[in-house]
Amino acid sequence: MYFDETHEAFRASIRRFVDKEINPYMDEWEETTAPLHELFKKMGDLGFLGIRYDPKYGGQGLDYWYETVMLEEIGRIHGMGVSTAIAVQTNMATPAIAAFGSEYLKETYLKPAITGDMVTAIAVTEPDAGSDVFAIKSKAIKKNGYYVLNGSKTYITNGTQADYLTLLAKTSDEPGYHSFGLFVVPTNLPGFHVSKKLDKLGLRSSDTAELFFDNVKIPAENVIGDDREGFICQMKQFQHERFAVLPGTCVGVDNMIAMTVDYLRQRIVFGKPLITKQVLRHRLAGWLMRNEALRQLTYHIVKMKMEGLDATKEVSMGKYLAGQLISEVAGGCLQMYGGMGFMNETLISRYFRDARIMSIGGGADEVMLEIIARLEGF
Amino acid sequence: MNIVACVKQVPDTEALIKVKPDGSGIDEGGIKWVMNPYDEYGVEEALRLKEAKGGEVTIVSVGPARAMETIRTALAMGAEKGVHVSDPLLDNTDAYTTAAALAAVIKGLNPDIIFCGQRAIDDDSGQVGSILAAILGIPQVTIVTKLEMADGKIKAIKPIEGAQLVIESTLPCVITTQKGLNEPRYASLPGIMKAKKKPVDVKNAAALGIATEPKAKVAKMTPPPDRAPGKIIAGDDPAAKAAELVRLLREEAKVI
Ligand SMILES: Cc1cc2nc3c(=O)[nH]c(=O)nc-3n(C[C@H](O)[C@H](O)[C@H](O)COP(=O)(O)OP(=O)(O)OC[C@H]3O[C@@H](n4cnc5c(N)ncnc54)[C@H](O)[C@@H]3O)c2cc1C
Repeated sequence: MYFDETHEAFRASIRRFVDKEINPYMDEWEETTAPLHELFKKMGDLGFLGIRYDPKYGGQGLDYWYETVMLEEIGRIHGMGVSTAIAVQTNMATPAIAAFGSEYLKETYLKPAITGDMVTAIAVTEPDAGSDVFAIKSKAIKKNGYYVLNGSKTYITNGTQADYLTLLAKTSDEPGYHSFGLFVVPTNLPGFHVSKKLDKLGLRSSDTAELFFDNVKIPAENVIGDDREGFICQMKQFQHERFAVLPGTCVGVDNMIAMTVDYLRQRIVFGKPLITKQVLRHRLAGWLMRNEALRQLTYHIVKMKMEGLDATKEVSMGKYLAGQLISEVAGGCLQMYGGMGFMNETLISRYFRDARIMSIGGGADEVMLEIIARLEGF
Repeated sequence: MNIVACVKQVPDTEALIKVKPDGSGIDEGGIKWVMNPYDEYGVEEALRLKEAKGGEVTIVSVGPARAMETIRTALAMGAEKGVHVSDPLLDNTDAYTTAAALAAVIKGLNPDIIFCGQRAIDDDSGQVGSILAAILGIPQVTIVTKLEMADGKIKAIKPIEGAQLVIESTLPCVITTQKGLNEPRYASLPGIMKAKKKPVDVKNAAALGIATEPKAKVAKMTPPPDRAPGKIIAGDDPAAKAAELVRLLREEAKVI
C-alpha cells in the first residue's frame, strides 16, 4: 500500500547488502568498531547514501519513501551501532548542508559524503550542554577571513573517524537565538584533537568521541548559511535526525519479537513450550500493537513531509514512542529468554544495551515531551 | 560481444517450502521469490565480459508474470534488455520445454556466448543449459568456476574430484556456472531506477512456435517423511550395549 515494486527492488538490494556486508561482521565490529570509510565507500558506490539529495552532487533525487525503505532496512542490522553511524552520515550531519549550504560546500563536502569518500559527524553536544543546546560554549569568532574555534564537544558519533564535523558554535556573545553559526569543520585542521574515544554501555560497534578545539581556523566559506542563524538551521536538521530512528525502530522491534517467539516455541518449561503461556503471549501481542501504531505514525510523518508540512510535533511524538517501546521490548524479550538472554552470545542482550540510547540521544524523552507541550501551547 | 544470460525466478533459499495438499506442486502463498543464485553468477560473468570487451547483455527468462521482477533485477545489475517468455502453458514445465523456449528466443539473438546456472535451486534438475546447447547445436562447458577469453575462444576451469579440468571451446557456446566463478554485484539504486526504462520483450509459446506439451511431468509431490525418533540402548554393560547396537544395525536398520 505504501511501497511499489521499485521500492521493493531497492529494499531487496539493500537487504542483501546488510546480510552480506554488515551482519556477518557485527560481532567483530562490536569489539573493534566498524570501519566506516570502507563501509561507506561500498554504500556510496551503490547510491545508498544520497537518496534524497540533488543528482548534481551525486544524489539520487528521490523522495522520503525511498529514504524510509533505506532506514527500515538498516533496522535489520544486528544491533544499533552501525545503523546509527549510517544515519549520522545520511540524516544527521548532511541535511543542513544540502538545505542551507553554498554551492561550494555542497560540491566540496556534501558530494563526498554521498559517494562515501568522506565520513561525517554532527557535533552539537558539549560537556556542559546537551538537552539545553542553547547553553553551548564553543565559540567561533570571525577574524581575518577565518572563524577561530575554541571549545569542546562530547559524545560525538563517528567522532574518531570523521573527515569533517557539522558543528554548532556561538559566533557572538549577544543574547538570543541569533548568535550561533553552523560550520563544516574538517578534522585535518591544526588545533583539532580527539581527546578520547569513549567506552560505553551499548552501540559498541559505533565510535563515540570527545573532541577538543584549540584555535582551529575554519575558513570563512565553511559556514552553513547565515553565521547568526546556526541554531535555527540545527533545529531543522534535528527533525531529519529524529525521524531517522523511527523506521528502523519498527523493524528492530519486529525482529526482536520474532526471535523471541522462536525461542519461546522451543523452550519447554513446566512441561510445555513457553509460548503457550498467556501472560507472555499477551505481552508480545501488546508490543506488536504499539509497534504498529508507531509504524503508522511513521508513515503519516512521511506523508506530511511529502506534502511539505511541518511534522515537528509528530516527529517528537514518534521519537518519544520509539525510545519507550524499543527499551521496553528489548528488556521484556530479554526477560523471556531467561538466563540465556543475559548471555552476551544471545543477540537480545546487545539490543538490550543498544536500545537504551533511543531515549537519550538526539534529544531525551523529556525534551520531546517539552516540544510537544510547547507546540500544543501550554 | 553479444551476450545472453538465462535466469530463473526461484523461492528464496530461506523460504519454508510447503507441498500443496493435493500434491500438485508447492504452495506459493507467502513465498519470497529471488533470482536463482547460480544464475546470479551467470549475470555477473556476462556483465564482466561486457565491461571488458564491450557489447550487450540480454537477459532471458521463462516463467510466470512474477518472473519479470527477476529480469528487472538483472537489468538493475547492468544488463541492457530482456526477453520474458510468459505463458500459462509453460508454468512449471519440464527442463526440455524450458530449454526449447530459451533456444527459440536465443536463436534470434545470435549471441557469442550464453550463460546458464548449473542448476536451479528449486527443482535441482540441472539439465536446461545442456539441453539448450544441444538444441542450438553448439558446445557447452558445465560447472565452470573460472572463465577467460582470448582470440575468439574461451578457456574454462571446471573442478572435478581432486583436480581441475581446463577446457577450451570455440564460440558461440553455453557456459553453466558454479559457485566461486565470481562475487555477484548488488543492484545499485541508480541501476534500479534505470532498469524501469529498459526494454523487456514479452513472448508467449505461440509467438515462439514451440510445442508446449512437456516430455516429463511431475506426477505428485510429497514432503519427505518425518524422521522417526532415535532409539536409546539402555543398560550398564558397554559390551552388551555394543552387541545390541550391532544386532540392531544388522537386523533392523539393515546397514551392515
Ligand atoms: C551514544 C551517544 C551518541 C551521541 N551522539 C551524538 C552526536 O553524534 N552528536 C551530538 O551532538 N550529540 C550526541 N550525543 C549526545 C546526546 O544528544 C545527548 O546526550 C542528549 O541530548 C542529552 O544531553 P545530556 O547528555 O547532556 O543530558 P542532560 O542535558 O544533562 O540531561 C540529563 C537528563 O535529564 C533529563 N532532562 C533533560 N531536560 C529535561 C527537561 N527539560 N525536563 C525534564 N527532564 C529533563 C533527561 O532525562 C536527560 O536524559 C550522543 C549521546 C550518546 C549517549
